[in-house]
Parts: sequence; C-alpha cells; structure tokens
Amino acid sequence: MKSKSIKVDYLARVEGEGRLLVKIKNNKVSDVKFNIIEPPRFFEAFLRGRRFTEAPDITARICGICPVAYQMSSLHAMESICGKKVTGPLRDLRRLLYCGEYIESHALHIYLLHAPDFLGYEDAIQMAKDHPELVKKALRLKKIGNDLMILLGGREIHPINVKVGGFYKVPTKKQLEEHIEPLKWALEFALETVKVTATLPFPDLERDYEFVSLHHPEEYPLCEGKLVSNKGVDITIDDFLKCFEEEHVEHSTSLHARVKARGDYLVGPMARYNNNFDRLPAVARKAAKEAGLEKSCSNPFKSIIVRAVETAFACHEALRLIKKYEMPDKPYVEVKPRQGTGHGCTEAPRGILYHRYKIDSNGVIQDARIIPPTSQNQKSIEADLLRFVEKNIELPHDKLTWQCEQVVRNYDPCISCSCHFLKLKIERE
Amino acid sequence: MSTKKKPKLAVWKFASCDGCQLSLLDCEDELLAVAGEVHIANFPEASRAVVRGPYDISLVEGSITTPHDAERIHKIRRVSKSLITIGACATAGGIQSLRNFKDVRDFISIVYASPQFIDTLNKSTAISDHVTVDFELRGCPINKYQLVELINATLNGRKPNIPTYSVCVECKRKGIVCVMVAAGTPCLGPVTQAGCGALCPSYNRGCYSCFGPKETPNTTSLGAWFEHLNVPKDDIVRAFRGFNAYAEPFRKESEAYEK
Ligand code: SF4
Ligand code: SF4
Repeated sequence: MKSKSIKVDYLARVEGEGRLLVKIKNNKVSDVKFNIIEPPRFFEAFLRGRRFTEAPDITARICGICPVAYQMSSLHAMESICGKKVTGPLRDLRRLLYCGEYIESHALHIYLLHAPDFLGYEDAIQMAKDHPELVKKALRLKKIGNDLMILLGGREIHPINVKVGGFYKVPTKKQLEEHIEPLKWALEFALETVKVTATLPFPDLERDYEFVSLHHPEEYPLCEGKLVSNKGVDITIDDFLKCFEEEHVEHSTSLHARVKARGDYLVGPMARYNNNFDRLPAVARKAAKEAGLEKSCSNPFKSIIVRAVETAFACHEALRLIKKYEMPDKPYVEVKPRQGTGHGCTEAPRGILYHRYKIDSNGVIQDARIIPPTSQNQKSIEADLLRFVEKNIELPHDKLTWQCEQVVRNYDPCISCSCHFLKLKIERE
Repeated sequence: MSTKKKPKLAVWKFASCDGCQLSLLDCEDELLAVAGEVHIANFPEASRAVVRGPYDISLVEGSITTPHDAERIHKIRRVSKSLITIGACATAGGIQSLRNFKDVRDFISIVYASPQFIDTLNKSTAISDHVTVDFELRGCPINKYQLVELINATLNGRKPNIPTYSVCVECKRKGIVCVMVAAGTPCLGPVTQAGCGALCPSYNRGCYSCFGPKETPNTTSLGAWFEHLNVPKDDIVRAFRGFNAYAEPFRKESEAYEK
C-alpha cells in the first residue's frame, strides 16, 4: 500500500494562522481538513454590554486587513435598528472609503501574496529582485488605496473617523480632488494588471459553484443590496440566517457556513463578478473581455484576474464619487437608540460579511452574531482541495504541496476573521 | 549582497487581528528599503520561506490566550536576541482581554456550539507577563513610522526616539483645539501615550486610548472630569475598558467605577 504525506505546518501568505491536512489512501483522497489554529477571541461574547456606537470600532479589531468591512456591516445593522438611513454625500463617502479598502486589499493580495505563487517565488521581496518595476508600481497602487483611507478614515488600519450616522469629520472637496491624479494613474495600472494577470499559468480547476453575493439595482455592490446566488437565493439580508447556517466542526476554532438547502457556497470577488457583471463600469467590462474572461468565471485560480478587474472598478468608482461630491453641512445624522434587532451585510474584499445585533432601548448590545467571509468559504476551499488533489495526485510532493497552498490562497482567506484560521498537511497511506 | 550577513528579522503572531504586522507591509515607501537592510527570515503573512533562528529581532504581535501559546512564547524568546512586542494585544492583552473580567466558560458557550473543542486560558495576557520583553511598541494598531524607527534604532544599537508623554502634548504641539474643553467631549488623551499624532482629536473625536496608558497616568483625576461632564458611571467603565483594558492603571480605574 502506497503511503504519502504532504504537510504544511504554517500556511504562509494568508492573513492569520491555519494548517491544512490532506489524507491520501491508495492514491485516493480520503480526507481534507482545515486546522484553524487561530486562538478564539470571543468578540460576540464581549460585545454584549457594550454601547451600539462602539460596535464599529470594536469589530474592526476582528481583522486588520478589512477593518472597513467590519465597520460598514456594523454601522448598517445599527442604523437599521434605529430606523435611520444614511444617504447623499455621507453614503457616497462610505462607498469611497470602501473603494480605498478594495484598492489596498486587492493590490496587496494580487501582487504581494498571490502573484508570487504563479511565478514561483517564495514572496514578493524575492519577486522584486527580478521584477523591481512591477513591485514598485504594485506598492504605489496599494498606497493610493491607503491614502484614501487615511483621508477619510484617519488611518488605513482601524480607521477612527466613522461613526453610527456618518463621520466625525468630512473632507472638503479640495482635499478629495488631490486624489484625482493618483487615482487616474491607479486606474491605468489596474487595467494593466488585468492584462498581466491574464497571462499567468492557470492550473485547471472548475467546480459547479454556488456564488453568493449582494446585488443592487444600479451599482456594483459594496454596502447595500439583496442577497442572491446563481442557484436561486434571492432574499433580503434580514433573512440571512433563514437561508444559511453555521456548524461548529471539531478540527477548528472557526465555524463553517453552508446554504441550508444545499451545502457549500463561494463568496468574494468571483461571486460578485458572476452575479454583477452588468453593474461593472464599461472600462472594467472591456478589460475583462479583452483578458479572455467571460461574463462568468469558475476557475478559482483566475480570481486573481477578477480582483484586478475589481480594482479597476474601485478606482473608477472612486473617481466618479469624488467628481460628484459636495461637502455636506453636517458630518453625520443623529441616531437615537431604539430597542430591536437589525442586520448588516456588506461586501468585504473577501466576500459578504454579515452582522446581526440586538440592542435595548438604551442602546446597550444584548446579542451579537458575526459571520465573516472566510468561514463562509471554508467548505468551498475544502471541496476545491479535494478536487484538485484528486486530479493532480501524480504531481511531485513539493509541487503538490505548494499548489494546494495556492488553492487556499485563491480565496485570500483572512484567518483571523473566520476565527473569530492554515497549516497544510497531506498524508498518503 | 549576501543575505547571510544581514540581521535576521522574524515576525510572530499570537491572538490578534494581524493589523500590527500588516503595518510592516503598509510601509509601501520603506518596505523594499527595509528588506534591503534586514533578512526577513520568518514572516508567514508575507512569505513561504522560513529561515531557522536565532533571530536578531523578533516582532511579536498578539496576546497569550492558550496553553500552547504560553509555551510557544518561551521558545521564541530563546531564539531571539531582541524581542519587541507590537501593539495593544501583545503589550496589554488587547480587546480580547475583556474576557478577563468575566468567566471565560460563559464566553465559550456564547460563541461555540461545542465548547469541548475549545482550548483556551481564562485570561488574555500581555507577552511581558510571560517572558522578558526588550521594547513594547504601543497602539491598536501601531504607528508604522514608529516601527521603522524602532527597527532602525535596534539595528544600530541606539535608543529609539519614541516619546512617552501623552496625546495631550501632541494635541498642543499640533495646535488642535482641546475637544474636552471646547466641546465637552470625553477624551482619554490626558492619560494616553502619544504616538498617533493626536489623530482622533484632529478629527473632532475624543481619544479612546488605543495606545494605552502613558507613564504615571492620573486616571482618577480624569475619571472625575468625566463625571463632571455627566458621563454615566457605566460609560466610564467602558471608556477604560477598551483596547488596553487590562493595562494596570486602566484595569484599576474601571474596577473602581464598577463598584
Ligand atoms: S493591537 Fe490592535 S491592531 Fe494590533 S494586532 Fe491587536 S487588535 Fe490588531
Ligand atoms: S487619539 Fe487615542 S484612540 Fe485616537 S488614534 Fe490616538 S491613541 Fe488611538
């Protein structure tokens, strides 16, 4: 009996910690498991007793890579409980802040975390030795996203300027206009990135995914919309828990989510792209088509091209929002607490992030539920691995190990989030 | 340039959000320069490559919350010439130290359906509660320029230029109008260590002390101020019980108001 074991004890270039075990028996995959070694931090527990106004700042600390997503989902939940809707320039500024996070996060993942895999480098710093100009441009792109976050949020990690009802301080038109030239460059470079990523060697892997994302009547979704999928989900975010459920599995400190009726699903750039292609600006659609992407894409390795398309969208959208901006009289609307339960679901760069809160009439949080994108993708990642290892079982050990890591990194998983998660181990017996 | 002669830098993670180590990748202008000066020998968030210790500088992010981590930090200390903690989690236990004020078993059952799978300590504690720490860098998250200064200073064997005065001093220097005096907004600036450049006040917001207590903070006097501003007692407890809740002066003050 042939026995082989592939093992990666600390999966690199994912944010947070995790390990992965793939067991192979008689040249067949017998088991795939994620070990989430991220220690639990109990956010949902200690949110109880805190003020509703504190949720954006506290939940931001679940993940340093996508703090804006946590802030936005919690804000929307609280505002819906209190019966307030943030509209006009304040809504636009939130969207603009989110564009900043998309540019920063996608640039980080495409160039610093994901591209080295395709090109056979251990990391971006090694890659920079052979491709110095590309890495410098990538860092410039990332910085342009960060600069937007710094202006609107005060800083790029855990912004201090957002609050329930709006912002503490809003920028002047002139301050925003200073970002126009850099964003124009960023848009051009993002379009170039679509071309560059499209030429990468893509391993073959396709599955019949259920893509779940927000969908909005007019815009490419960031903060608002219905929840839809290519397999029939069409609900308001308030019904999230009716449609999806989480299970606590033994090998992890994270919870695995599934569509109640069917099982695993995929959230993130590929899901957004597949469900919202028509909402992308013409320039991004054109770039996608020229790069050979169809209206739908089901090879998870190609998510790197989709991220580039979304980066172009984010730059384009940021420019649009800056042009139409008129500074509001007041940086926020007054939000008085009201007893009730509310939901928030926004598109983090990695996929939908769902929050539900129950607060009392004084605005004190009674109950909190947070379902991050990575825990929603976990089952899908396992299924991808199963399929991938089955197809590539003859690959040399080291190569298979590396490519398995890559299968995981396709999802840009942020481990800290899903635990509120990777070591890779492939055992052959 | 040979990589062998360069000093080795390692980054380690415990219970945290990854924000502080991300600060290193956020040094877009300095990243390649830093990578030219040091050999990034272990930084899983950025690289698959792992070089064996010992390391000249270990940056430690996150707090100790599991029995396994309580052992791991000792191993890291043994292979590190200089051990630097980065951020409120590593320096004070972080936001996850809110569990320290409650029974952790209740917390487990709120979040997980099968509590028996969860292995965790009662308390989330700072790295310095477990091993000797050479320098503690504050903030939730840290200030990336302070990080670059600290790495530079450590490599050159000089004292880092990292002030220990309060956020108040930064406000005065930048000519920001005091939010507490002018608008009656409760602000933890007077008891909080500088480093952020008085960020929140410059956005018309009171400081919530993500950088934690400064040296000898007069928390009692600030608590009295807050009462004077009609801040309810439970909100004073919440104010001190934030991202540095388990730092001694803040812990004591929040406990005093809880009585
Ligand atoms: S101190 Fe704050 S920013 Fe740093 S790792 Fe901890 S939670 Fe994240
Ligand atoms: S003002 Fe206070 S809360 Fe705001 S960034 Fe500075 S230390 Fe952190």
